[in-house]
Amino acid sequence: MWNYTDKVKEHFFNPKNSGVLDSANAVGEVGSITCGDALLLMLKVDPDTQIIQDAKFQTFGCGSAIASSSALTEMIIGKTVDEALTLTNRDIAEYLGGLPPEKMHCSVMGAEALRAAIANYKGEAWEDDHEEGELVCKCFGIDAAMIERAVTVNGLTTLEEVTHYTKAGGSCQTCHEKIEEVLEEVLAKTGALKPARKHTPGTVGLDAIKPLEPKAEPAAAPKLTNVQRMQAIMGAIEEMRPQIQRDGGDVELVDIDGKDIYVRLSGACSGCSQSAGTMMGVQMKLVEKLGEFVRVKPASLMPVGA
Amino acid sequence: MSQGIYLDNNATTRVDPEVLQEMLPLFTEHFGNPSSMHGFGAAVGGKIEWGRKQVQALLGAAHDSEIVFTSGGTESDNTAILSALEAYPKKREIVTSVVEHPGVLALCEYLEKKRGYTVHRIPVDKRGNLDMEAYRAALSDRVAIVSIMWANNETGTIFPVEELARMAKEVGALFHTDAVQSVGKIPMKLADSAIDMLSLSGHKLHAPKGIGALYVKRGLRFRPMLRGGHQERSRRAGTENAPGIVGLGAAAQLALVHMGEENTRVKALRDRLEQAILAAVPSCFVTGNPDNRLPNTCNIAFEYIEGEAILLLLNEAGIAASSGSACTSGSLEPSHVMRAMGVPYTAAHGATRFSLSRDTTEEEIDRVIAVVPGIIAKLRSLSPYWQQGADRPKEFAPVYS
Repeated sequence: MWNYTDKVKEHFFNPKNSGVLDSANAVGEVGSITCGDALLLMLKVDPDTQIIQDAKFQTFGCGSAIASSSALTEMIIGKTVDEALTLTNRDIAEYLGGLPPEKMHCSVMGAEALRAAIANYKGEAWEDDHEEGELVCKCFGIDAAMIERAVTVNGLTTLEEVTHYTKAGGSCQTCHEKIEEVLEEVLAKTGALKPARKHTPGTVGLDAIKPLEPKAEPAAAPKLTNVQRMQAIMGAIEEMRPQIQRDGGDVELVDIDGKDIYVRLSGACSGCSQSAGTMMGVQMKLVEKLGEFVRVKPASLMPVGA
Repeated sequence: MSQGIYLDNNATTRVDPEVLQEMLPLFTEHFGNPSSMHGFGAAVGGKIEWGRKQVQALLGAAHDSEIVFTSGGTESDNTAILSALEAYPKKREIVTSVVEHPGVLALCEYLEKKRGYTVHRIPVDKRGNLDMEAYRAALSDRVAIVSIMWANNETGTIFPVEELARMAKEVGALFHTDAVQSVGKIPMKLADSAIDMLSLSGHKLHAPKGIGALYVKRGLRFRPMLRGGHQERSRRAGTENAPGIVGLGAAAQLALVHMGEENTRVKALRDRLEQAILAAVPSCFVTGNPDNRLPNTCNIAFEYIEGEAILLLLNEAGIAASSGSACTSGSLEPSHVMRAMGVPYTAAHGATRFSLSRDTTEEEIDRVIAVVPGIIAKLRSLSPYWQQGADRPKEFAPVYS
């Protein structure tokens, strides 16, 4: 069974705002029975204030799909349509205390339904927006634009992650190459991946590749006293905290035992599937600051009696 | 905490207390290595041979030496297929069905992609029955092995394995059947059959996990998958799982005793459950072949709702079942068995399997009957595909359809 948070369970077992909203003036319909999840989102928007006064949903899907829909309605009631449009699928997942990676596409469906509903309210043709991108995954009807959004908003870098977040490529797998192309384009745009330099016609082969310049040996880091080393570690962690806090988490230094630095993650980082990545980030920062190799470990791994 | 109502016996069964009692001395008193040349080992060796005879009796095999103990169904499946291919290296084709367990399907896909074998996957009809014409057409003297399950794990549909085996023999192919779901539930007499190899798994018949067996007909050309010891007549190297083997033996003995009950009382409970649900819940149907299936299995496809959501609500009510829904497995397509039968997506996502055992009681079934309609109604009240208050589907065509 999936390891759902209590908040996911609460929204699944007791969904908020489910049912039909007769007075709706904005309707978004996304998903499909083929995909295994579909969402009908209905909003009542005050035309004078642009505030979403009420929202209801009907969802065909698994526990996290229903919970994501319920959470979405709770999050947008009282917001203006423009404020609501700033919500991403990641906000929905965070509101729920996280979703298993394989279930992130449920939160994406919520965000897509919201965009569709607001487009409907504004009299814009949602289909046109959808048709901007090439249909990439025919099994699940996922287009390039949706993959681009999922990659950008969630910082995805691999094909597997794209499948977890959008379902694209999860069935017959014939679209994997196309997904990788879209992924590479987005990563190149965001600078996460530099696009390959195109060869001049007629110049292919090893002669087109310049050998790398040898790197200068890094200067040896000055030897730190114990106090300086401790201050450097504390300083590096303090530098990282605002970024981690922006994601709803936190990190604190617990102990230093030679090369082993023990830290405690809290907030959204506690139990987060990406916590190993956060730890790795802290370790890289410390190695960079100290000029020596150290291991960052969770405080739970501290030796007994330490 | 209450134990709850367990209707997921095709996934695994509770170890029978009598089985456990038989096993316990193998952990403490009779702990020797059966390969050792002393009394401690000899005592265990005798227990293992006792277990072998019980499995032989359950399968109706001619000789106890035809039973090779393994770690379970998947190892047995893999061993059977790989042995046949190695024994007949010039034959480069395999025949199987589209609804096999991954223990067979995934291996065949690997052999096809990495080793260049041709794999014929025989389709099924909407009731899950094998396409016999396609099967006949796939058979030739190029086929090394046919591997087709005895009964399907999701629907319980039973295949005519005796006939399939005879047809395979006519073209000189070996015939293996994955009988993991059917052993202990339906009578077998392998001594009189054309079946060459058969896989079974202990934990599906009230023995523990981690023990299984492969039946290998006497005289069959066999190549072991695990090498490195003389155990099991050099057909499966590795120190024997003696407690598991004795547990499997005891479970086999009990299965013979209870097979009548399985086909009468358990079957009647299954039918009552099924009929009551079909009567109380609109827009649902039984998948597989209702007239030819395992006595304990009932798979009902509930339209316009999704299986994982059903399981979560059932679990909340203390009822354990299973679903072929994609969302329960982390994959994105509904069960390959539902798709192979052409069950429409409107229903395939909501297919729910209730699998009973001899532990299942009438009171438990009554409770399930009382609870299921409310769960289905609750989820349908949330579904955009369902017409509220009218008990029927409605038009809903979202953008990404």
